[in-house]
Amino acid sequence: MKRPGATRSALLALSLVFTASAAASWNNPYPAAEAKSNILYSAFRERPKTFDPARAYSSNEYLFIAQIYEPPFQYHYLKRPYMLVPLTATAVPTPSYFDKRGRRLPQNTPAGSIADSVYEIRIRPGIYYQPHPAFARAADGRYLYHALSPYDLAGRYAIGDFPQTATRELVAADYVYQIKRLAHPKLHSPILSVMNEYIVGIRDYADVLKKEYEKIAGGRDTGIYLDLTKFPLAGVEEVDRYTYRVKIHGKYPQLLYWMAMPFFAPMPPEADRFFSQPGMAEKNLTLDWYPVGSGAYMLTLNNPNRQMVLERNPNYHEELYPAEGEPEDGPAGLLDDAGKHLPFIDKVVFSLDKESIPRWNKFLQGYYDRSVVLTEGFDQAIRFTGEGDTEVSDAMKQKGIRLLTDVAASTYYLGFNMLDPLVGGYTERARKLRQAISVAIDFEEQISIFENGRGIAAQGPLAPGIFGYREGRAGINPYVYDWVDGRPRRKPIEYARQLLVEAGYPGGVDPASGKPLSINYETPAIGPERKAQLDWMLKQFNKLGVQLVVRATDYNRFQEKMRKGDAQIFDWGWNADYPDPENFLFLLYGPNKKVGHDGENASNYDNPEFNRLFERMKNMENTPERARIIDQMLDMARRDVPWIWGMHPKNFLLEHAWMYNAKLNQMANNTLKYSRLDPVQRAERRTAWNRPVAWPIVAVLGTLLVGAVPAVVAYRKRERGAAR
Amino acid sequence: MIGYIIRRVLYAIPILIGVNLLTFALFFFVNSPDDMARLHLGVKRVTPEAIVKWKEDRGYNKPLLYNAANAGADKLTDTIFFRHSVKLFAFDFGRSDQGRDIGYDIYQRMWPSLAIALPVFLVGILVHITFSMLLAFFRGTYLDTAGVVLCVIMMSISALFYVILGQYLVSMLLRLVPISGYDVGMEAVKFLILPVIVGVVGGVGASTRLYRTFFLEEIGKDYVRTARAKGLSELRVLFRHVLKNAMIPILTGVVVVIPLLFTGSLILESFFAVPGLGSYTIDAIHSQDFAIVRAMVFLGSVLYIAGLILTDITYTLVDPRVRLE
Repeated sequence: MKRPGATRSALLALSLVFTASAAASWNNPYPAAEAKSNILYSAFRERPKTFDPARAYSSNEYLFIAQIYEPPFQYHYLKRPYMLVPLTATAVPTPSYFDKRGRRLPQNTPAGSIADSVYEIRIRPGIYYQPHPAFARAADGRYLYHALSPYDLAGRYAIGDFPQTATRELVAADYVYQIKRLAHPKLHSPILSVMNEYIVGIRDYADVLKKEYEKIAGGRDTGIYLDLTKFPLAGVEEVDRYTYRVKIHGKYPQLLYWMAMPFFAPMPPEADRFFSQPGMAEKNLTLDWYPVGSGAYMLTLNNPNRQMVLERNPNYHEELYPAEGEPEDGPAGLLDDAGKHLPFIDKVVFSLDKESIPRWNKFLQGYYDRSVVLTEGFDQAIRFTGEGDTEVSDAMKQKGIRLLTDVAASTYYLGFNMLDPLVGGYTERARKLRQAISVAIDFEEQISIFENGRGIAAQGPLAPGIFGYREGRAGINPYVYDWVDGRPRRKPIEYARQLLVEAGYPGGVDPASGKPLSINYETPAIGPERKAQLDWMLKQFNKLGVQLVVRATDYNRFQEKMRKGDAQIFDWGWNADYPDPENFLFLLYGPNKKVGHDGENASNYDNPEFNRLFERMKNMENTPERARIIDQMLDMARRDVPWIWGMHPKNFLLEHAWMYNAKLNQMANNTLKYSRLDPVQRAERRTAWNRPVAWPIVAVLGTLLVGAVPAVVAYRKRERGAAR
Repeated sequence: MIGYIIRRVLYAIPILIGVNLLTFALFFFVNSPDDMARLHLGVKRVTPEAIVKWKEDRGYNKPLLYNAANAGADKLTDTIFFRHSVKLFAFDFGRSDQGRDIGYDIYQRMWPSLAIALPVFLVGILVHITFSMLLAFFRGTYLDTAGVVLCVIMMSISALFYVILGQYLVSMLLRLVPISGYDVGMEAVKFLILPVIVGVVGGVGASTRLYRTFFLEEIGKDYVRTARAKGLSELRVLFRHVLKNAMIPILTGVVVVIPLLFTGSLILESFFAVPGLGSYTIDAIHSQDFAIVRAMVFLGSVLYIAGLILTDITYTLVDPRVRLE
């Protein structure tokens, strides 16, 4: 008997499935209500270790806290070379110099004659912190949440569990408080060792705080509040409500760069007191997880296991999009928003996505607004033009995806351990051996094969854009390159072999043993994915007849070997803290050696003349004289070859057509506030790109049904057969 | 039975101490407290003083197992092993090396793990038993042969392949569900569909083949022949008699994993960005967070022991011949 009702229902269901393409995207990972909201979507790979500005030092931590905490200065978003501009300060101060007797010195005093420098920083009045329970007060003026009992804390696991919030004006004392925190015995600030050398009195201050802390703690681990306002720090003082002074030993112009980092952002003592209460740390309620700032954004959801959300700080002070930039910025549309109030985006949602392939696919679907270029997806996204430049592939162009590139202020190199009897030392033999190896290792090929062209071969330790870096012929390393047809060309391998002969190793053979030279190569590159690179490296040494012994190990073992000086050649790299040549050249400064000093000079290079020039250069302003000294230092280092100057990586960033105002900035981390997006365009494109395809479901179900018929027939036949 | 359970719980104590000791030995064989400190403090501008302070703060400045400098019981108690392990027996997991409350994190992450593991477990059992019964029913036919070959192929394929294929096919090509992610409440459902499908399909090969063997073994027994002789249909024989008896070996493998559902799936959670306990453990291993590693291994051991006890109890329920003495 026919059942027309059931047929109709089935047809209706089928038509619903087939017309699903008209419905909203099914694969949208975000709530449908957010579709046209002014929200930027991004991802994070691993949970940040800390948001405490005295401790945070990693890029994945700065991604968040640089939007929240406001140091007195920041980098200009558009101008190059990088320059500091005021953020909360009224101006970038010029330091005052003093001699040993405290007499003021003129600005042009040589660095050696300066005993102390004083920076006086004035903060703009009228800047307020984000709403936070640490500031909340009762009608009688006492703080609502500064004396919480275990009973009060019951059931509170997030900042949102404290319903009352308030704000307070930013004052100079907050900056003073934060500088004092750098010496806090429990914070282990990574820059304390640097500041010990400069900020007057901070070394002794750390000892004082340690003693006081131990006295207060009495064996407890948590719930201890050390009120830093009670302990004055000689080198840092509050002048008035909006002014503070920092006094340092000698001359150190780089201090201003440090003061543009979150280490020098203000910390309200109320926040420190609030989070230091007993029972708070046990509930993960600490400054490590809940930043309190005056920046453009505030962290409203901190679930590092799933999602972090930044929302516009309702109390954010007036800041305008820059009206000046580089000549090419205007035509590129980067000045279209000049003079408009920042920030443009209301909310930024960071989702935890550890695996690169899902992250990349979500970007292609429009669910992430920006993405780096994956090695796996490089060919899909990027193509090389005839001139050797890069651009997005046709498929990306069709989607309106744009590519932004910039050379990073970083350097990756192969270091020689200068303490090693074979490859180290300062004899002509050792120099020529190192020079020969430098010529033989074809970094242009390495960049082309393994980095997809995302980098430039280095001519020295300085990255492009850093003062002292020279473009063109004047900037090449003459020990490795010739200048041919307007570009550097690596010297031929025959030249390297000749150098090896001059070093006393003809054909790469050690005459003492009659066997090929054998050099150990320490690398933290382990895993099958790195094997091709290591094989390539073996081939580079084979060109000279030298045997390379690859000693791949985990990063901890690698570091241990470096500390002990148990290496001959090794991989290393450096990301600049600030755009100053001192931040690169100190990697070759003798007293900063890894062995014995635990410094950052991993090759243990110690050339007295280089050291002397470094000491002269480090405190100088960016003058022609400084450039001349840097030239001398670079020439010295290139001749001695403590490193094989590897490469400066290039950053590739892809962004969708609905994103505006993107300009890669290697120094500034607080750039979210400049970004703008068009949510309506994004919603339309997402819908167009993500129409569900539902017919295969019906096809699979149909196949299963059809496939079941012979089974049923066979079953019935068997049952009938059994009955007979 | 209560006596038996108490005895098993008491047996568990030395096992847990042993597991703890083994975890401790393996972890510190690979990592030293200095390594841990360096990894946590980062790679730039880490001073020896900062490393010393980091270790002091977390108690990693003590000797590993034996403190010769102390007297009496302190020789054993004032050590890293004792200080970091004893509280576990009171289920006080303490704080991670990053300073977070491990107990709270486990509580938070347990639910996403369960949200995937429970449907995979339940739907998986249903699907695997159905398929294996189907193959048992059509035993000796081309369908059975094809099914077994398919099972062998499916169990030979890496779980990662199912994940990548599932994401590509279902999320990229068909655009039916999100590729990865997680949300709370009903919003979580759309994120769970794909990992659950992948989890179930990934387990079809091995489980179906195993269960088919159990069913075939039962089908050949006398009571089945008797049932058939009584004139019962094949389906009735399978569902009424064979299934019931084959459930005993199936339960052996199934019940023991029930408590472990809490600890989540390492691969599924990592690739689908589900903030469960599986990815928590993997992250802790990568970041050398010993506090979390030992807590998760301890929890896993406790749950496994609980699973074994539960299995024994279940035997008494499904097989009246079994008595726990």
